[in-house]
Amino acid sequence: MIASFVTDPSFRSILYIVAFGLFIYGLSGLTGPKTAVRGNRIAAVGMGVAVIATLLVPHINNIVLIVLGVAIGTAVGVPAARRVKMTQMPQMVALFNGVGGGAVALIAWVEFRDSHGFADVPTYVAIFSVFAAIVGSVSFWGSNVAFGKLQELIDGGSKVIGSAQIQSMINVVLGAIAVACGTAIVAGSDSELLMIALLVSAGLLGIFLVLPIGGADMPVVISLLNAFTGLSAAATGVALNNTALIVAGMIVGASGTLLTQQMAIAMNRSITSVIAGGFGGTIEAAAGATSASGGTVRSTSAADVAIQMAYARLVVVVPGYGMAVSQAQHAVREMAKLLEAKGVEVKYAIHPVAGRMPGHMNVLLAEADVPYDQLREMDDINGEFSRTDVALVIGANDVTNPDARNKPDSPIYGMPILNVDESASVIVLKRSMSSGYAGIDNPLFVNPKTSMLFGDAKGSVADITEELKAL
Amino acid sequence: MLVTNLAILVLAGFVGYAVISKVPNTLHTPLMSGTNAIHGIVVLGGILLLVEGLADGTLNKILLVIAVAFGTINVVGGFLVTDRMLEMFKAKPKDEIEAASTEEGTA
Repeated sequence: MIASFVTDPSFRSILYIVAFGLFIYGLSGLTGPKTAVRGNRIAAVGMGVAVIATLLVPHINNIVLIVLGVAIGTAVGVPAARRVKMTQMPQMVALFNGVGGGAVALIAWVEFRDSHGFADVPTYVAIFSVFAAIVGSVSFWGSNVAFGKLQELIDGGSKVIGSAQIQSMINVVLGAIAVACGTAIVAGSDSELLMIALLVSAGLLGIFLVLPIGGADMPVVISLLNAFTGLSAAATGVALNNTALIVAGMIVGASGTLLTQQMAIAMNRSITSVIAGGFGGTIEAAAGATSASGGTVRSTSAADVAIQMAYARLVVVVPGYGMAVSQAQHAVREMAKLLEAKGVEVKYAIHPVAGRMPGHMNVLLAEADVPYDQLREMDDINGEFSRTDVALVIGANDVTNPDARNKPDSPIYGMPILNVDESASVIVLKRSMSSGYAGIDNPLFVNPKTSMLFGDAKGSVADITEELKAL
Repeated sequence: MLVTNLAILVLAGFVGYAVISKVPNTLHTPLMSGTNAIHGIVVLGGILLLVEGLADGTLNKILLVIAVAFGTINVVGGFLVTDRMLEMFKAKPKDEIEAASTEEGTA
C-alpha cells in the first residue's frame, strides 16, 4: 500500500515540485551574505529530494551502476571542491560546468540509441534531445578549453586558425554540420554515425569558440557556457518529461544569460565581439598611435605612501587581477587593519570584471577576512571618490582609465570605470609601466595627482605595512 | 504534456531572471557556482534512464554511468565549493571583534 503510494508517478511529480521550490527559495537567499549559506544548503536539500524522487520506481533497475556512478562522481568532486584555492575558482567552475554539459550530451546520445534514432518517441522529444546534444557538447568541450586556459595548460592568449575571418567561417560551417545532422535525425534518420558526427562537430565548435578568447574576456565566456549548460539541461527535461530538470535548467540558463550581459556591459564589449575573439589587430594599431601621450610619471616610496594614508580620512583600495596574481589580498587586509586602528576609513572599490569570473575579486577579499560591508560595487563607490583622500590602485589598470570617459577614439571609450582620478590623490602599485590587457595607455599614471610605487604588489603592500607600524 | 512543459519552461525562465537579478555583484561568483551545481540536476536524467531499465546494452550503460558520474561531480562539487565560499562572506569577524573589545574592556 505504502509502496504503491510512494512509487505513484503523481507522488514523484509532487516531490519534483518540492525540489524546484527549494531551488528557487534557496537561490533567493543568495541576495545577501547572511542568508546565502542557508540558501545554498536549501538548494542542496532540493537536489537531494529530486534524486530520491527519481529513485521511487516500482522496480529499481541497475542500482549497482547508479551507486557506482554516484560514488565515482563523489570521489572526484568532493576532494576537488575542498582543495581548490580561491584564485582557482574560475577554472573549477568551468570544469564543473563542463562535466554538466558532458552529462547532458551523453544522456541525449543514450536516448537516441535507446529509442532507435528517436523512432519510438514523439518528434518534439527528438528536437529537444538534439538541441541538448549540440549545446551540451559545445559546453563540455568549450568549458574544458576554458579550464585549460585558466589553469595555464593552454596558452591563454588569442589563438585563431588562419585569421579571425577564416576562424569564424570554420565555426559557422561546424555549427551548420551539427544542425544539419540534427535535422536529419529529427526527420527520421536512425544512423548513429549522424549522431556521432553531430556530437563531434558541436564539440569542435565548442573548442574553436573558446580558444580565441583571451584571458580578460573569461568572465563573459564562463557565464555564457554556464547559460548553455543550463539551457541544455532544460531541453533534456522537456525530452524526459521531468519538471525538476526543466525548472532548474531554465533558472541556470536565465542566470547565466543575465551574468553574461552584465559582464559584457562592464567590459564595454558586445557578446558577439567577445566570441569573435580578442581585441584584434585594429586596436593594437590604435594603441600604438596614441602611445605618444607623454607626461611624466612620479615615482614614490613605501614610506611616503604610509604617511599619506595614515593621515587620510578615507582610503579606497582598488584591487585588480594583478593583486590576485601576486596573492596580495592578505597583505592588503593586514595593512587595512593598521589603517583602521589609526582611525582611517577603508573601503574597497570593486569593478564588475576585476578577476577572472563575475564577482571573483570579492571572494578573494572575503577569503582574506575583509568585511562584506567594506566591499563596494562600482556604482556605489563612484560617488564617493570625490571625498576620498587616497585611492590605492593595486594591480588594476584598464578599469581606472579615464580615457573611457574622456576620449571618444579610445578603444575602451564608454566602458564603465572606477573614477579614481576624482580623489584627492592616487597611488598606483604596479610591477612596471607596461600597459594593461587592452594594450592601451592609461593617462591616470601621468596625472599630477598620481604617484606610482613600482614592484610586486605583495612586497609593496608589506613594505607599506612595515612603515605604518613604524609611524 | 509538451504544452504544459513549455509553459513551465517559459515561466521558470522569468522566475530565474527575477530572482537572479536581485543578487548583488559581490556574490556573483558564489551565485555562479551555486547555479552551476543546480544544473548538475541532469544527473537525474542518467539515473532515470538507468533506474527504469530503459537503456539496454553495455555501451548504453557505460555512457550512463559516465553521465551519472559527471552529473554527481557537478552537483556535489558545486554545492560544496559554494558553501566554502559563502562561509567566508559570513559576518564572522564582527563577533570576534566584539568579543575582543569586550575582553579588552574587562581587562
